[in-house]
Amino acid sequence: MAKKRVVSATINGEVVEFLCEPRQTLLEVLRDTLDMTGTKEGCSNGNCGACTVLLDGRPVVSCLVLAMEADGSEIRTIEGVARGSHLDEVQQAFLEGAALQCGICTPGFIMQTEALLQANPNPTEEEIRFYLAGNLCRCTGYDKIVRAVQAAAQKRLATT
Amino acid sequence: MPRVFLPPALRSLAGGQESLEMPGSTVREILAELERRHPGVQAGLCQGDGLRPGLAVCVGGAVSTLGLLQPVGPDDEVHFLPAIGGG
Amino acid sequence: MATADKRPYKVIGTRPVRHDGADKVTGRAKYGGDMRLTGMLYGAMVRSPHAHARIVSIDTSQAEALPGVRAVVTSADMPAQGDRVVELGEGAANMRHLTANILARDKVLYRGHAVAAVAADNVHIAEQAARLVRVEYEVLQPVMNVLDAMRDDAPILNDDVRTESLGAAPQSPDQSRPTNIAKHFLFEKGDVAKGFAEADLVIEHEFDTAMVHQGYIEPHNATALWNTDGRITIWMSTQGSFTARQQTAELLRVPVSSVKVVPMEIGGGFGGKISVYLPPVAALLSRKTGRPVKLQMSRADVFEATGPTPGSHMRLKLGVTRDGRITAGEAWIAFDAGAYPGSPVGMACMCVFACYDVPHGRVEGFDVCVNKPRTNAYRAPGSTHVAFAIETIVDEICEKLGLDPLEFRLKNASREGTRRVDGPVFPRIGMVETVQAIRDSQHYQSPLAGPCRGRGVASGFWFNVGMKSSVTATVNLDGTVSLIEGSTDIGGTRTSIAMQLAETLGIAAEDVNPTVVDTDSIGYTDVTGGSRVTFATGIAAVEAARDIQRQMVQRAALLWDVDPAAVKYDDGRLLGPAGKQFTFKELAAEIHQTGGPIIGSGTSSSATQGGAFGTHCVDVEVDPETGKVQILRYTIAQDAGTAIHPSYVEGQMQGGVVQGIGWALNEEYWYDDRGTMRNATYLDYRLPTCYDVPMIETMIVEVPDPQHPYGVRGVGEVPICPPPAAIANAIYHAVGVRMRRLPMSPPNLLSEILQRFQD
Repeated sequence: MAKKRVVSATINGEVVEFLCEPRQTLLEVLRDTLDMTGTKEGCSNGNCGACTVLLDGRPVVSCLVLAMEADGSEIRTIEGVARGSHLDEVQQAFLEGAALQCGICTPGFIMQTEALLQANPNPTEEEIRFYLAGNLCRCTGYDKIVRAVQAAAQKRLATT
Repeated sequence: MPRVFLPPALRSLAGGQESLEMPGSTVREILAELERRHPGVQAGLCQGDGLRPGLAVCVGGAVSTLGLLQPVGPDDEVHFLPAIGGG
Repeated sequence: MATADKRPYKVIGTRPVRHDGADKVTGRAKYGGDMRLTGMLYGAMVRSPHAHARIVSIDTSQAEALPGVRAVVTSADMPAQGDRVVELGEGAANMRHLTANILARDKVLYRGHAVAAVAADNVHIAEQAARLVRVEYEVLQPVMNVLDAMRDDAPILNDDVRTESLGAAPQSPDQSRPTNIAKHFLFEKGDVAKGFAEADLVIEHEFDTAMVHQGYIEPHNATALWNTDGRITIWMSTQGSFTARQQTAELLRVPVSSVKVVPMEIGGGFGGKISVYLPPVAALLSRKTGRPVKLQMSRADVFEATGPTPGSHMRLKLGVTRDGRITAGEAWIAFDAGAYPGSPVGMACMCVFACYDVPHGRVEGFDVCVNKPRTNAYRAPGSTHVAFAIETIVDEICEKLGLDPLEFRLKNASREGTRRVDGPVFPRIGMVETVQAIRDSQHYQSPLAGPCRGRGVASGFWFNVGMKSSVTATVNLDGTVSLIEGSTDIGGTRTSIAMQLAETLGIAAEDVNPTVVDTDSIGYTDVTGGSRVTFATGIAAVEAARDIQRQMVQRAALLWDVDPAAVKYDDGRLLGPAGKQFTFKELAAEIHQTGGPIIGSGTSSSATQGGAFGTHCVDVEVDPETGKVQILRYTIAQDAGTAIHPSYVEGQMQGGVVQGIGWALNEEYWYDDRGTMRNATYLDYRLPTCYDVPMIETMIVEVPDPQHPYGVRGVGEVPICPPPAAIANAIYHAVGVRMRRLPMSPPNLLSEILQRFQD
């Protein structure tokens, strides 16, 4: 086993230092070392999108990022989406639109949506479906997720 | 009188009938009478003092949770069916 | 639709935010995989690389010697079961088979079959140690196809299996040879030969469907602590904490009371999270180490070693008169049960003709062992397979006779009083209403133009079950109610149960706080499955609310010094003589002064559901050069009885449809000739993504079920049944090819298209 190294990253606005082995993924460190279990594990090979986080603003599947690669980066996870005790527009739209059933894919969808709306504040349905195609949901049939993304986008546009 | 429907595998024991009228106020009573008139039927439907595993009894249109203890009304139909689960 | 605009309810039919919603959009909700305990060890399983082999020896010494490894277990650590058949909540199980599926004893029967397990300080050491367990195998010939497995010379999986026939006395194992055909079902109604003689047109075809997986995003997991006092606690994701408790106790041969199952949030199930796989193993590892042990499956393990739904071979024959009246039907259905008996073929037999009034019918079914994982329930188990067969034949009949497919369905639909081929008579059901809804829909009424485009319709049926549920509810001083239930919440049922309690008490849904608790904290409750929770746990909640009403009436009577008979509970108010009145909140504030806590309890056990029907309409476009099918538009009409929370009813309908689209167009277990699944990843198995599907238009039809106080029918399962048939019919109308094999994936469809152009 290779020696552990110290990694430093900014997670949800706070500088965090942690020890990790070279073989550990960012997902594993978030969940097991830092106890941030809001980021979910669905397949651990990059296929389902449940573990999506934002790495320097880009959406990544954290199961395919080695924790050491995150050194010096800025990471945003589902735990950092709400502003204090207020849900953000995407979270609120998912709740009000019943866009979740079991909820295991929801953190990943919310993070992917945050990235989408950052890049494209007023996406078409086609653009939403294309951008979210890497996130699997087995419960909803996607209808209410796509509508929630549309609702969140409209709400943000109306308030900015 | 209650009408009991036999699984096809048992119909030969009762002269090929699909169903027959059988007196009794519980499934157990009806089965006992059925066995008296058509010996062998009970071995196909019961094990110990209950229904065979995987088998359910449907009385009056409803799958019973009481099994052999289920009361049977005079106009009820009694069916023996595979137990239903679900996803 | 139907009664929607005449609704007498205040809470039912509204769309409150779900009670567990905030936790689930912030990442706070704790799922099984999120469990962390002090001193917790991580486990890994050793799994068979062969589909069929005898275990010659297992050497765990190298694994045990690896630093950081704390324990290794094999089947030798599992108690012997003998010939026991035990009722486990969702049907009876042969314990010898169940235990061999948890940890293989003398044979492995499918690739991925668990052989041993390791607990170590972290998951990497555990996985490394698992690779150091040496298992010597004598490889045997696998049998992968249901028809091959039925042949006399087929390799036999289980020496103890003899064919059991529904209603026939069991064969003695000494007097007969082992077989892969575990069960035989036969249903007969009327005189089939006479029925077919009366037909002007008889259509008969054979159908094949591939094994598919439920595909829930959360892998199976279990964390177990076998405490020094002998008590075992399991934290896990499960559809049924009580059946998980019972299975674990029976497998470990400990009293059921010594096991407590704590249901964590669950990331999907669809029938696949009823059987236990990991809890007994985690418990044994915990007993050996004295520490809590967590096991979690990889995605490949989930595909290879849990309980997908069977592949099938079916032969179906339907006779009709010239004017489109069904005269007779006959079906022969064989399901691959997987390694051990127990496929839902009996239910498939009961579903195949359920949508129609078939005067003469005969259905035969076979449950057949093959070298694939032991199958399990998947959303309306068995019904999707047979809907594919019957509904495509109905479409062909309509085409040949020049009849509208919806008018044909209306003419032949099952209604109240129709006798099913398996015997019983339908109560009030909504098949006709769902067909009418689609007939009158904007979708069906609109034209579809364009090359290689087609429209298809299909209907489907599922029983829905009742079974047992318990609810307790405590009135708080501020007039809210805390609701305790045992139904794990997979899709928002905390809210649909709370709404029924709120409606009955005349309070707001937000004033009910529902909590799902462990098996020591609530009465027995059956699985979240069979479309039963909103129905049966709902009945228990209504009973609990009525219990509270009775106690509140007594408290008001005490305060007013009147006879309780003079007090009436009406819409959240207590009305007494001479205009005396309390609101629920006002009286709740008085409960400590009038006799102390008010706790209502309710159970449901005898109610059974009347059945659920749905009719679907789909437009597709086929690319004739690749065989790829694009869903252009999809509408589903389904009888929900009474929709408690319409958003989550729609969600079940939409989710079921998209699973059905996946089953229809892509999904399959793709095996090589050695019995290895070659697509055991999401990338290769390919669930539908949001880019593959359009919005799913929903039409909630409401034909109340008289067995439920508010008329609820379960909605979770039946939406998956019609899609493969509806899409097959649409494909035919687009390119003239009748598909009789699932999936209708690009290569499968393209080969049929090319065949047609050659002919």
